[in-house]
Amino acid sequence: MDWTTVAGKVLGFANRASEQIGEIISSPELEARLDRIPTRLSDYGVDAFGFDPQYVKRVIGLGAWVYRHYHRCESFGIENIPDGRCLLVSNHSGQLPMDGAMIAMSMFLEREPPRFCRSAIERFVPETPFVSTFMARVGQFLGTPENAKRLLEAEESLLVFPEGVRGLNKVWSERYRLQQFGTGFMRLAIEANAPIVPVAVIGAEEQSPSIFASRTLGKLFGVPALPITPTLVPFPAPTRYRIYFGKPMVFSGDPNDEDDVIRHKVDTLRSAMQSMIDEGLKAREHVFW
Amino acid sequence: MRICVTGISGRLGRRVAQMLRRKHEVVGIDQRASPGLPANIVHHQVDIRRRPAEDILRNGKFDAVVHLGTIHNFRIPSEKLYARNVIGTETLLRYVSKYKIKKLVLLSSGDVYGPMPTNSHFISEDAPLMASQRFPEVRTLVAVDRAVQSFFWRHVDIETVILRPAHIVGPHVRNAPSNYFRLRIVPKIMGFDPIVQLIAEDDLLRYIEASIEPGVRGVFNLASTDPVPLSRILKALGKPTLPVPYPLFRGFLERAWKYRLTSFPAPELDHIRFNAVLDTARARDELKTLPERSLYEILEPFRAETIEE
Repeated sequence: MDWTTVAGKVLGFANRASEQIGEIISSPELEARLDRIPTRLSDYGVDAFGFDPQYVKRVIGLGAWVYRHYHRCESFGIENIPDGRCLLVSNHSGQLPMDGAMIAMSMFLEREPPRFCRSAIERFVPETPFVSTFMARVGQFLGTPENAKRLLEAEESLLVFPEGVRGLNKVWSERYRLQQFGTGFMRLAIEANAPIVPVAVIGAEEQSPSIFASRTLGKLFGVPALPITPTLVPFPAPTRYRIYFGKPMVFSGDPNDEDDVIRHKVDTLRSAMQSMIDEGLKAREHVFW
Repeated sequence: MRICVTGISGRLGRRVAQMLRRKHEVVGIDQRASPGLPANIVHHQVDIRRRPAEDILRNGKFDAVVHLGTIHNFRIPSEKLYARNVIGTETLLRYVSKYKIKKLVLLSSGDVYGPMPTNSHFISEDAPLMASQRFPEVRTLVAVDRAVQSFFWRHVDIETVILRPAHIVGPHVRNAPSNYFRLRIVPKIMGFDPIVQLIAEDDLLRYIEASIEPGVRGVFNLASTDPVPLSRILKALGKPTLPVPYPLFRGFLERAWKYRLTSFPAPELDHIRFNAVLDTARARDELKTLPERSLYEILEPFRAETIEE
């Protein structure tokens, strides 16, 4: 290989990189999509929960880059997401909540018309400087049932992870096995009369495998368990994501029914999601490609 | 109507009396002197807990009592705050029921919910009153609100109204939020940009007048503006801001408060740190008035350019 080919390759790579960086900083395409998402803004340019599309314009480029070039996401069944209120219920994995961001990006980049989905943040976030403001401006909300209900009544789409931290922090040997689900989201969906869209994310599990989750170390940092990963501090590897959106499921009944009754409905959804995950795993040929 | 106003000598009390006297007969009770009140307003300079106050309420033939006489100055020793706020209110409630006055309006505050990191975003009137958990000095104001709430349930024949306004702001108002906007350099907490709501003093007066109308009863959250991030307000003020990390800010304020160098108690920092958004749907539906002031009108007297002129 002579030096001209090498130089050509380097230049080509630099050119592609600079194009991508340009897209991260500002992309008319993304801004045009952002202008099309349904919002309920006040005169001050934010909605009542603090979502600010102008702020999102500054950060969405990075999200789109990670979606397209880092995790190289593929989405299936995006047309299953209805207009109006809905509750997206997904598996949760990978130590870092990249799956949530990628589901949101998928709805934003792939759906016609684009939609924004809002997910619940943990209770420590409002007390954390910078993170609290960032999360509010990009449309996330504190996960209380009342907040969720209000957002659904405003015809928003919400993303929930019923496994919670149990799913996020699970160890390698448990990969792609759904953990125990909470029941609050089901009561919410029934009460707000919102269809549930089951979502299966394949690829997040391998981004940062945890061999062992230390409860003792976790206590030290105030989290349920500290994952021990190959990179020591969890960092997502560029695994390829495949995101499957299932057909909307409508549950009805009494939202304040006994736990057993609600649990039964949750199990119906959970087994549907587990089979989506299993099928997605079967279809996958490689973790990175 | 004949209306008895407690706390008439305060800044707000005077403005309430000025407004009500256009349509009603106003009698004031306040232990402070009140020079310069219009001639048709009778002012009794008595303590609500003392004997003469009972005579005024017994013989006054009042149609309504507007209770503004709670004190919010946290420099006052806690025993005195308790006596003035809690005992004073309970005494007043006893007279209202004993002398069959048809209407009681309490000016409470949206602060009784407390700005908490765990609050749901919108706070409705049924939300628990958590303010004294992080800020014990406000407990007497929470107790006053609770006492009037239980009065509301015990006396169905009396129309009891509790008003819980957002931060009251106005050119003549001397409370913490107004004074905060008056600062030349406005400090804020680094990394926090909470969603807040304001109410113009004028709008509050309108709401007080509307709540005196026969048939109105219950608890009402009040605000003039849609929820707005604090950063937008500071931008509209056009003043330099100074972001300070929270632990530093709090430590500084605690010391400054101790040595009487500031009028801002340190726990009030939570108001510029956490969201506190009142759900005002009930006031919109049930009170026969709407707020008229926009955010920019409210902020006009505090803007950098206005002050320079």
